[in-house]
Amino acid sequence: MIEVNNISKSFGDRLVLDDISIVFEKGKTNLIIGKSGSGKTVLLKSIVGLHEVDEGSILFDDRDFTSMSFKQKKQVRKEFGMLFQGAALFDSFTVEENVRFPLDMFTQMSYEEKIDRTDFCLQRVDMSNVNKLFPAELSGGMRKRVGIARAIALNPRYLFCDEPNSGLDPQTAIRIDKLIQEITTEFNITTIVNTHDMNSVMEIGDKVVFIYEGIKCWEGTRDDILSAENQYLNDFVFATNLAKTVKLIQNDKGAKD
Amino acid sequence: MRLLYHLGRYYILISKVFARPERSGMYYRQIMRELELQGINSIGIVVIISIFVGAVITIQTDYNIESPLLPRYLIGVGVRDMLLLEFSSTMVALILAGKVGSSIASELGTMRITEQIDALEIMGVNSASFLILPKIISTMFFFPLLTILSLIVGMSGGYVVALITDVSSPQEFVYGLQYVFYPYYFTYALKKMIVFAFIITTISAYHGYYAEGSSLEVGKSSTRAVVHSSIVMLMFNLILTKLILR
Repeated sequence: MIEVNNISKSFGDRLVLDDISIVFEKGKTNLIIGKSGSGKTVLLKSIVGLHEVDEGSILFDDRDFTSMSFKQKKQVRKEFGMLFQGAALFDSFTVEENVRFPLDMFTQMSYEEKIDRTDFCLQRVDMSNVNKLFPAELSGGMRKRVGIARAIALNPRYLFCDEPNSGLDPQTAIRIDKLIQEITTEFNITTIVNTHDMNSVMEIGDKVVFIYEGIKCWEGTRDDILSAENQYLNDFVFATNLAKTVKLIQNDKGAKD
Repeated sequence: MRLLYHLGRYYILISKVFARPERSGMYYRQIMRELELQGINSIGIVVIISIFVGAVITIQTDYNIESPLLPRYLIGVGVRDMLLLEFSSTMVALILAGKVGSSIASELGTMRITEQIDALEIMGVNSASFLILPKIISTMFFFPLLTILSLIVGMSGGYVVALITDVSSPQEFVYGLQYVFYPYYFTYALKKMIVFAFIITTISAYHGYYAEGSSLEVGKSSTRAVVHSSIVMLMFNLILTKLILR
């Protein structure tokens, strides 16, 4: 479980996160949604420690990350797995070397054990037989899947995904979403996904937090979201014609019932 | 104030770079990779430039000592000392600042904007040390070897000119190369190159590591890396010459 307690973050005079408190539960896919520039990436980067927060605390299973020393933070970070927007695979390493990297760096496994673990992670994301390819030779969706394989190589307790579907076609996006959800329940980890893709919300959003201009505006489940009465949330969720049509159909159905 | 800000941030980066490595085996692999990228891949340009500069210095020295009172072997002496004292260390380092410096800055800058450095940090890896320390070790080891190579090739260029023109006889040229040789000049050139390697690598790495924004910014940081490392290198050339060469 990850607890975010009253965190605020500014860049110069600009307040980007304003007194945000959220509890992200274990074994669930927790989604942070919001329009571009709302502060959700800053929130995610603050949680993982890439940004120092100005106020507040972040607890990983009751361990206060914000008050830890650099060395202690490094230890906790070994329990993190993160999928970046562009996958952030190391260009000069092959797929296999990318996935094996955390094992090489932090474990005492033998070479054979590391290869077995790498193969397992790649098979788990349906990416067998690409071990010797370089990231530049992969499609966007394949890169994301390799990114997930690398993120789970060390059996993380916490998985963070920043815009996992950006730049992907709807079918590949759903495939990535499903993969994230399966891994979350299979390994019983705390997963936080940063997205503005409403398909993801409806597919995997066990818990959804809506950020609007640096403020937590709404939280609930994917089932609550369509009937929520928050104006900012509704503006965001029903921004597309498709979503507006769904809303109209739903309202008509409600009226008939 | 801006200069102080950069100096402070440079110092912080360097202190992170020289922190204790997490897994030396991984660093060894990186060092081997950097030796190839920054060192072996620079041999070509150093050879080409040195051979032509050696040849040109030979012709220019001949042009300047036309007096019959001056012995012809002085051409060999001039070529040797110019290469030893300045060209094979300072000028080669300036060329390497352009080639290696821009390569380091653009590599790290690209890693920064594509979040590869963030990925390392999140895993708990000291990204500065993992990415920059192998570059420093490999350049500080390999650049002096490039100086030696430049000396050999530059003198060979001069010898070839002596051989195919009437500038000087090859025997006189070789005699000049050996005449009143101070081995200290050689260590002076190597010492300078080791310092220049550190300057080029760390300043370029600094600009790349802290690049932010788009690919355009990576290009700008790469240009800044070459300009700043060249200027600092030339300043240190003066300081080192005053300190070492007595």
